[in-house]
Amino acid sequence: MSFQLICFYAFAAVTVGAALAVISVRSPVHAALCLVLTFFSTACTWLLADAEFLAIALVLVYVGAVMVLFLFVVMMLDLDLDPLREGFVRALPVGLVVAVVMLVEMLGLIGVRTMQLPAPPEPAAAAGMSNTSWLANALFSQFLLPFEVAALILTVAIVAAIPLTLRHRVGVRTQDPGRQVRVKARDRVRIVKMAAEKPAMPADAGETTP
Amino acid sequence: MITLAHFLTLGAVLFCIAVAGIFINRKNVITLLMAIELMLLAVNTNFVAFSRFLGDPSGQVFVFFILTVAAAESAIGLAILVVLFRNRATINVTEIDSMKG
Repeated sequence: MSFQLICFYAFAAVTVGAALAVISVRSPVHAALCLVLTFFSTACTWLLADAEFLAIALVLVYVGAVMVLFLFVVMMLDLDLDPLREGFVRALPVGLVVAVVMLVEMLGLIGVRTMQLPAPPEPAAAAGMSNTSWLANALFSQFLLPFEVAALILTVAIVAAIPLTLRHRVGVRTQDPGRQVRVKARDRVRIVKMAAEKPAMPADAGETTP
Repeated sequence: MITLAHFLTLGAVLFCIAVAGIFINRKNVITLLMAIELMLLAVNTNFVAFSRFLGDPSGQVFVFFILTVAAAESAIGLAILVVLFRNRATINVTEIDSMKG
């Protein structure tokens, strides 16, 4: 058993244990933190598969951004956990049976025994470049259009997510920069023409302005 | 020596854990979203493993796109969740039945 294999088993065990914790712990905050651990140890197994760029991207994008978003949302919501947990014990046997049957079927289908082929030499190193440039060569030549479409998808996601959560409260005094810019001088100052008054006259003789 | 079967088995185990999570946490939308993330992770593990063992960069490029789409998906999903909680004060799936589907 090589050192790499020992590392793989260790990371895989942490991954599976943390994934089990994600679906079984009570608090959503703890589940999100366990999911962080799952992503992190999966990134370690990807490193063992020589996918360095994607492993770092997984840590940056998922642990750094998506899971922080999850934690924000979970902590913002004031959840009543008891109704959400009822039915957990009742659904547990069904879920376990389905999962185990599916696992056996999948392992039989992919033929674990016949897939025991050893790893070929690392393709990026065989091509004389790092994993990042190997990936970038494919991404920016063969897959340039999907790359642009991915950027578009992210933009659409931002544009969709912001109006969804934007809330216009009534009765709150806030500045509206658009209205501030559009304002004209004649909306603020009213010039009223009036006749000149003599100071000695009684007060009710002239027209007064507020 | 790590073989392809190791990675495929890890992916299958992760996927089955996610399916079990969807079954046993049917009422909690947040845990359902996390189980979906676990499923995507399992699929990505398979892609990375095949890309490594076939020597083809297309698999890793595809993982890149899956990460992009999954980030967009979770952002919009969580935004919907926040709006849902603001309007209904619950995230229990069994109580969200106003469309009577």
